Amino acid sequence: MTHPAVPPDTTAALSLRGLWKRFGQKIAVAGIDLDVPAGSFYGLVGPNGAGKTTALSMATGLLRPDFGTAHVLGVDLWAEPDRAKPLLGVLPDGLRLFDRLTGAQLLTYAGLLRGLDRDTVARRSEDLLAAMDLTADRDTLVVDYSAGMTKKIALAGAMIHAPRVLVLDEPFEAVDPVSAANIRDILRRYADDGGTVVVSSHVMDLVQRMCTHVAVIAGGHVLDTGTVDAVRGGQSLEDRFVDLVGGRKESGGLEWLRTSSDSS
Amino acid sequence: MVAHLVRLKLTLLGNTLRRSVWHTIGLVVATLYGLSLVFLGVGAAVVGGRADPVLTGQFVTLVGSVVVLGWWVVPLFAYGLDATLDPLRFTTYAIPRRQLVAGLAAAALVSVPALVTSLAALGVSFAWASDPVALVAALAGAVLGVGLCVVGARATTALCAPLLESRRYREVLMVVAVIPLLAIGPFFAWLSSRTAARGEVTVGPDELVPSALAPAARVLAWTPFGAPWSIPAAVHDGAWGLAGARVAVAAGTLALLAVIWDRALARALVSPRGGAAAGTARGLGWFDRLPATPMGAVAARCATYWLRDPRYATSLAVVPLLPVVLVVVGVSSGSGAGLLVLVVPVVAFVLGFAVSNDVGYDNTAFALHVATGVPGRADRWGRMLPVLALGVPLVAALSVTSAGVAGRWDLLPALLGGGVGVLGATLGTSSVASARLVYPVPRPGESPFRKPQGATVATLVAQMAAVAVIVALLLPTVGAGVAAAVTGAGAWWWATGVVGVATGGAAVVIGARWGARVYERRLPELLSQVKNFA
Repeated sequence: MTHPAVPPDTTAALSLRGLWKRFGQKIAVAGIDLDVPAGSFYGLVGPNGAGKTTALSMATGLLRPDFGTAHVLGVDLWAEPDRAKPLLGVLPDGLRLFDRLTGAQLLTYAGLLRGLDRDTVARRSEDLLAAMDLTADRDTLVVDYSAGMTKKIALAGAMIHAPRVLVLDEPFEAVDPVSAANIRDILRRYADDGGTVVVSSHVMDLVQRMCTHVAVIAGGHVLDTGTVDAVRGGQSLEDRFVDLVGGRKESGGLEWLRTSSDSS
Repeated sequence: MVAHLVRLKLTLLGNTLRRSVWHTIGLVVATLYGLSLVFLGVGAAVVGGRADPVLTGQFVTLVGSVVVLGWWVVPLFAYGLDATLDPLRFTTYAIPRRQLVAGLAAAALVSVPALVTSLAALGVSFAWASDPVALVAALAGAVLGVGLCVVGARATTALCAPLLESRRYREVLMVVAVIPLLAIGPFFAWLSSRTAARGEVTVGPDELVPSALAPAARVLAWTPFGAPWSIPAAVHDGAWGLAGARVAVAAGTLALLAVIWDRALARALVSPRGGAAAGTARGLGWFDRLPATPMGAVAARCATYWLRDPRYATSLAVVPLLPVVLVVVGVSSGSGAGLLVLVVPVVAFVLGFAVSNDVGYDNTAFALHVATGVPGRADRWGRMLPVLALGVPLVAALSVTSAGVAGRWDLLPALLGGGVGVLGATLGTSSVASARLVYPVPRPGESPFRKPQGATVATLVAQMAAVAVIVALLLPTVGAGVAAAVTGAGAWWWATGVVGVATGGAAVVIGARWGARVYERRLPELLSQVKNFA
């Protein structure tokens, strides 16, 4: 896919142009253009290995792109990281935390690194611990948290400085349904108040119910973008996704797996 | 099943080699090193065996005992050293346990240490080449010995696994494990001084060795460690009863170990991992005590890690042990307590160098620093401040103590200043190095003794470069010290101190500034590098 050189949208919460990244022989992201409107709840969906994490890493300053630019609310992230990073709250996927700290310490650490003062950090970390249902585990080392609790404390750490844009990579993975519902409420309220949320997910159903906009990514390219309703065009998002990405197999074969047929 | 597991192990090995050139180089180097050891050992044994098979046999018994003991004990400290075939991964397959044990034992032979041990054990048997019957006994003993090594290692780890599973025990054990490692040197110094003392007159090493060797070998021959290696000697003497007894000791132990392993495996396969008590810490700790700035936060986090992460805590555990070790070595080797003055620079170096790969130690948790865009200055100073806060008073205290103990108060200014110089030069270099030369280290939660595979060459290069810079920085201080020692003039000792403090101070300030610049330029690249280790 080739694109005309469209200048970055400076009003957009996140505006990516021609992002490109290669790891050795493998091209992970092959020229992604994306505009995330301010105030939207934006879903990024794609099959495994589509380049979602790589794209989000480049959009949040964690990975330097080979080519392309990322603007956060009109600020060029890679040219002025000091101005762009305070606007962003980032939840990376598959990376460690400073897990020898307790939950409360980790939140404090994230807050202080963001340059907040002590009182603000203390107040906000109490609120976040309560919202994430982690108050009882505040003094437990993060290394001893369960996978879901770890995800929640990392999410809390991404929100402590009240960023304008939240970029969350697989925020609901391993999180129990009750906590997931609570987190969804928090995120929706945040978006209603003018914040922008970008989530990547495998769960189409969740994206369809939660997001206002969606982008489908596969093989390092954007296949389709727009509002959720426009993209799915009457079908369920899941069916539309399968149409776009392809690779669905006719469910033949594996007859031997039907144990019921030859037993009894 | 045996063939399956051996093939699986070979495939896994092949795949790791395909993944990384460094792994291949590391494996080749390790194999060459091991083979050269085998070559030397076998050569020495064959030559020695031609001259005096009995004495050589005693020597083989001694070395063999150490090897068996090493096989049993070392994996405990380096837990997970070779977990490519972790028995727990076979939980979901319905493999009869007996077959699993046999297969795992055979697969355990497919590794460089096992290969080297086997070749060496079989090779040194040819020390008995002059006596065919003893040679056969030696070869049989070697097989038993290798079996004891491999099965023993599995049995001890399987036995201690429940203990090692719990994070807290494992971490305590890792720190405690430093103590015996450090004690080895003084022990040998003590041993040699004891033996030398008993010999009254100064004996050359060639006479000393046999006198200590025979009784040691006699005792060891009755232990499971030495029994397999001492069978041929008994056969050579025609003492068939003795030979039988030694076979019984070795074979009995082997059987016992197999049973222990089998039982432990049976238990491990039905009791899932986890369930250990969680660690807690009340309040915010250092975060409450240090300034609420990014720099203060980094310092608080590092201070917490120095105490809570075994990878740092082992550096701290060395500090109180070092003076003891040096005094023991100094006294036993006859050079007196004078060696104690070395404590100051060595401790300063250990502390300063512990942060030379700080980003590598952070691993991907470093992403938080990248995402928040911590200023380089805050990151670099934050990492150095806890070391300075601990190191400077420690250098002062150790300088006063060691000058007092050694009775050399004239050395005090040089010790103080030199110590600060070493600390500062090492820290300053570390500050730049940790932003520039990141190399793989044990991941958070892993044993500090576990060397990440294939990292050896990269690690060596990075550390040597850093040490070279530190040495260059300290040249003026050392020069002044040498001048002081040669002329004996007190003014030179003072000069050493002054030059040391100046070097240390300048190195810290320049190191922080330069490190911050490198850090800010390479921020995402640093993260990519540590991500590739994981």
